[in-house]
Amino acid sequence: MLQTNVPDRSTLVSLSAAGLYRKGRWLVRGVDFSISRGEIVTLIGPNGSGKSTTAKMAIGVARPDEGQVTRIPDLKVGYVPQKLAIDWTMPLTVDRLMTLTSPLRGREIDAALEATGIRHLARAEVQHLSGGEFQRALLARAIARKPDLLVLDEPVQGVDFAGEIALYDLIKTIRNTTGCGILLISHDLHVVMAETDTVICLNGHVCCRGTPEAVSRSPEYLRLFGARASQTLAFYHHHHDHTHLADGRVLHADGSVTDHCHPDDGHHHDDGPSVGRAGPMRIVHAHGPDCGCGIDHSNPAATGGDEPAEQRDA
Amino acid sequence: MLDDFFIRALLAGVGLALTTGPLGCFVIWRRMAYFGDTMAHSALLGVALSLLFHLNLTLSVFAVAAIVSLALLLLQKRGSLSTDALLGILSHATLATGLVLVSFMTWVRIDLVGFLFGDILAVTEADVSLVWGGGILVLLAMVYLWRPLIASTVNPELAAAEGLEPERARLAFMLLMAVVIAIAMKIVGILLITSLLIIPAATARRFSASPEVMAVMASLLGAVAVTGGLFGSLKFDTPSGPSIVVAALMIFLASLLPLGRREHGAIAPAQSGGDRR
Repeated sequence: MLQTNVPDRSTLVSLSAAGLYRKGRWLVRGVDFSISRGEIVTLIGPNGSGKSTTAKMAIGVARPDEGQVTRIPDLKVGYVPQKLAIDWTMPLTVDRLMTLTSPLRGREIDAALEATGIRHLARAEVQHLSGGEFQRALLARAIARKPDLLVLDEPVQGVDFAGEIALYDLIKTIRNTTGCGILLISHDLHVVMAETDTVICLNGHVCCRGTPEAVSRSPEYLRLFGARASQTLAFYHHHHDHTHLADGRVLHADGSVTDHCHPDDGHHHDDGPSVGRAGPMRIVHAHGPDCGCGIDHSNPAATGGDEPAEQRDA
Repeated sequence: MLDDFFIRALLAGVGLALTTGPLGCFVIWRRMAYFGDTMAHSALLGVALSLLFHLNLTLSVFAVAAIVSLALLLLQKRGSLSTDALLGILSHATLATGLVLVSFMTWVRIDLVGFLFGDILAVTEADVSLVWGGGILVLLAMVYLWRPLIASTVNPELAAAEGLEPERARLAFMLLMAVVIAIAMKIVGILLITSLLIIPAATARRFSASPEVMAVMASLLGAVAVTGGLFGSLKFDTPSGPSIVVAALMIFLASLLPLGRREHGAIAPAQSGGDRR
């Protein structure tokens, strides 16, 4: 399997035609990608499209039923799962959470808490944290052990927009300072981190993939979120040429219905997983005037400036 | 002043309580109370089989409890019935089968009440050394497995992703439970073993700031309950096993009383953001 994408020595994980079959159906099939040191790969896709499953196959939590997953020996993973509920019967402070899977020195813990902006919560019980604080604590725990590969399953869930930018900033810093590979799962179909090297869109299989363009030049974007945010967030635009029906079959753009979707079955006008296929990164801010997102769309100038950017320690 | 049998009972009971403390914390954290009950109930089947085939009693009970827990793991993976239904079936099926088997063996007269509710005042020196030997083994294993056990209790996938093999920890935990049930049967009896696992640990939760503190607290509170229960049973001439459970319950109830400042101390750091650092 190694000959297909010619991984160099810095490849941490590579998946090759990997698929997972559970309870009579394929959760995901034919997944091909690899993550190298210093690379950020973002998985996007609708609910149930196999993003978390793919991440679990990559780190060995789930064993693929077809295809292959190759990891370098002794790969050190830092993992932030999508869902983590800590039973209230277990007394657990943020400090103690940090050493959950490996022992750490006091200053390593402090540095990770400092980086995620929750050092003041070190003694707090995790059950008393807000959603955003807990998410930061989980991220701090994952980075404190200095992993080779950081796997973040929707790391910004429950975090407000300013916090989201701060966290993406932090993830970028981690990548730049430690050189670890990062596998990111985005909860938002249209927003990915601008630093992402490869975006992979899943829908039970790899739909498309590409490199998000730098969006900092886009005037609409700058007007909406400010110059600093544009260094952190980018938008990814989709061209789906088929729809997955409720009964598991696939409706293609040419009107035909098949049992599966394979890139080479002739129903796709997709010329393989090329960058060009993914289309341009477009600025999409699909909110109406009453969307309640806090941005006054009728007067874009009012939201200018860099207000969301400097709230890292808020 | 105190008779030999009482000293032996005290030693055995305290030894057992020290062992059940940390184990009981995991039973609570992992929501396995009914699971523990099922393993305990299966002990009677172990008793019957040991009589039928002239096997060592403790080993038979351990083996049956271990097999029942493994069977449950397999049945859970097949996923046709919910876990609590499976537990209900296994729990009472093994207890009833044990009782039926024992009744067939007309040539043995066994003290059924002793097995069901324990007979701590009848423990021998060999029993005491079994409790302490087995207990120390269990505690050493717990110390060795502590990090994977805690991590996989918090989140098995997280533990697996970061290389801690949660399945292995889970299997080891079940075997340790089987060991404790085998050595606890004589002391508090099949029907009351789970209470010694759960009540001290539940009492300890309120006063603990970390899993480790809770485990140690549970051990100590269990030892206090055993001591109190035994002295109570001596004074009021009540059955010893149930007296220990009642003593544990009384400590638990006392811990629920509002303690004013202490309560605030437990919650305040989270709300005020812990300025102590």
